[in-house]
Amino acid sequence: MYRIVTRKELNPSVTLLEIEAPMIAKKAEPGQFIILRVDENGERIPLTIAGYDRQKGTVMIIFQIVGATTEKLNHKKQGEFLQDFVGPLGKPTETEGLKKVAVVGGGVGCAIAWPVAKKLHDEGVEVHSVIGFRTKDIVILEDEFRACSDVLKVCTDDGSYGEKALVTQALEELIQAGNEYDEVVTIGPIVMMKFVTGVTKKYNVKTIVSMSPIMIDGTGMCGGCRLTVGGETKFACVDGPDFDGFQVDFDEAIKRGTMYKTFETQRRDEACNLFKQEVR
Amino acid sequence: MANMSLKKNEMPAQDPNVRNKNFLEVALGYTEEQVLDEAARCLNCKNRPCVSGCPVQVQIPDFIKKITEKDYEGAYQAIHQTSSLPAVCGRVCPQESQCEKYCVRGVKGEPVGIGRLERFVADWHNTHCQETPVKPKANGHKVAVIGSGPAGLTCAGDLAKKGYEVTVFEALHLAGGVLVYGIPEFRLPKAIVQKEVDGLKALGVKVETNMVVGRVCSIDELMDAYHFEAVFIGSGAGLPMFMHIPGENLKGVYSANEFLTRINLMKAYREDSDTPIMSLAGKKVAVVGGGNVAMDAARCSKRLGAEVYVVYRRGMEELPARHEEVEHAIEEGIIFKTLNNPVKINGDEGGNVASMTCIEMELGEPDASGRRSPIEKKGSEFDLAVDAVIMSLGTSPNPLIKNTTKGLEINRKGGIIVNEEGLTSREGVYAGGDAVTGAATVILAMGAGKLAAKSIDEYLTEK
Repeated sequence: MYRIVTRKELNPSVTLLEIEAPMIAKKAEPGQFIILRVDENGERIPLTIAGYDRQKGTVMIIFQIVGATTEKLNHKKQGEFLQDFVGPLGKPTETEGLKKVAVVGGGVGCAIAWPVAKKLHDEGVEVHSVIGFRTKDIVILEDEFRACSDVLKVCTDDGSYGEKALVTQALEELIQAGNEYDEVVTIGPIVMMKFVTGVTKKYNVKTIVSMSPIMIDGTGMCGGCRLTVGGETKFACVDGPDFDGFQVDFDEAIKRGTMYKTFETQRRDEACNLFKQEVR
Repeated sequence: MANMSLKKNEMPAQDPNVRNKNFLEVALGYTEEQVLDEAARCLNCKNRPCVSGCPVQVQIPDFIKKITEKDYEGAYQAIHQTSSLPAVCGRVCPQESQCEKYCVRGVKGEPVGIGRLERFVADWHNTHCQETPVKPKANGHKVAVIGSGPAGLTCAGDLAKKGYEVTVFEALHLAGGVLVYGIPEFRLPKAIVQKEVDGLKALGVKVETNMVVGRVCSIDELMDAYHFEAVFIGSGAGLPMFMHIPGENLKGVYSANEFLTRINLMKAYREDSDTPIMSLAGKKVAVVGGGNVAMDAARCSKRLGAEVYVVYRRGMEELPARHEEVEHAIEEGIIFKTLNNPVKINGDEGGNVASMTCIEMELGEPDASGRRSPIEKKGSEFDLAVDAVIMSLGTSPNPLIKNTTKGLEINRKGGIIVNEEGLTSREGVYAGGDAVTGAATVILAMGAGKLAAKSIDEYLTEK
């Protein structure tokens, strides 16, 4: 069992948990993920690592409530335990040799983009961050990004905070302003990552995307997380989760992501009802 | 006086039309009467050919003799001397190509039902014996075992009995490896696997789940930082193979590993499980492949309410699955479409599987494996309407440990290279099971775990 050391709601649907997992904390690197199970009958869900404290022996995850499992996870209190917590899985984000990088995060994806930006910053890389949200109320990690970015652009779709722009527009402005990036790292909803690569392709800037397909074991055993990358089948859990954005077949990945949509919606409603009953 | 009947006692089983709708065990096990009758068929012959056919050298005539004396616990102890997982082996071993293949009674008539006898004895022990095994005196040596499948459990058990301090590292949240994620409940109830794991824990073996060696720590760290003096790698053959045909990434195409893991490990077929699986009631499923795993996937699909086709490129005779598994599958209503090979999988506009285009095959000359090689019949393509496809084409070893262990040599197929003692190219590091051989059987993995335990014992004793 794995203890929840800290719990913090970042916005109404995004929560941060710090989990006691000393061995994972010792090895974790930005870009890697963990798999957890909330309880005995729980499903295994992958979540990318948002941070780690090697001294304290804790690993941080930030998640959005999207289905039954994240709903249950969100009801766990500080001091309570998670059934299973395994990692670090996948390959770390490669940062070697980079001098100037644009980090583009969208929504809860910013939680994963942040440790990457931080690592790059710590290694002396010039970091330009673009973080985008639907609206003001769900902006997260702004201060954290500010601390590790040479340039920070905060965008909202509705203009209620920061620039009224999509991250793609903000990124394109930066590129047009003459910034020459060695690489763009983009993490967020799959559709957003697809459009970001659409922009960077125009300017031929290498782009790394972080994929989070449906997964079970996370060690290469089930093949459920497979993607087509450069015409070849790759397993996100062992070959990724970072891939060259120009090579990823996003449309296929988007379709594969909807495999259990009906089940998930139904289960989430069930879970919500259950929690409502408990409250009564 | 020996029972000279030419036929084995039939194994009682659930009715095919009942069992193909539930996940309860298919074979029900011999009654005491049947077990005594079957045991009496053993001639207790001097040269014991059956023993030489067993990868872990169970002293078969000895345990059968104990059965005839109604000393079932004595029979269990006789088996347990060399086999750490009798209840598992009695169920999933391919006895027909091992012990029973060499049985003298098989020369004329059917061999003695050794596997069925073993199962009875193991189950008898499990229901009648409560005493916890005595923890052996510690010898002060620490050994790490990577993987808790049949190879790892056997190796851990043998070493623990000799007083070693053994820690088993398992990547998943539950110990048992393929015994829990691969083999379905109806062939091997998970309670039996749990009992075997609990037995090892009672012997003092530590089982650390959620530990992906190669990620959370390397083999070098296990030896240097955690002071394990020897390591056994029994990490299995992990990566599922695909055919690399168009449409393999459509929704509804599973690897057998994924499909079976969802069902067996995650219990996706049960209401109380949070893990989803495609709803198969009234749907059509094609399982591609002809091995035991394909049979498991097909029979699971059937139990989820599907009409199931096994699509295999060779003929019925060439199916690599155990005869018994094929027979069970046929009885349960699985349709075999042999001498057919998939060419592509076709999807609808939503990206779901709609059909699979196959081509008819015929058998040509024997190939390197000695089997007649399948050849496509030109122009014979046809569409098979299906909603899901399960690829059961085998697996290749997981490269994680190889990639994170310096100086560990592997062969062309990714298997770890070991010598006749189970030793790898690294001192103190042993390996066995599918991680070495590629996908094989439970009992061969156990044999390898056993061999490595013996070698590790010799190595650490001399050291």
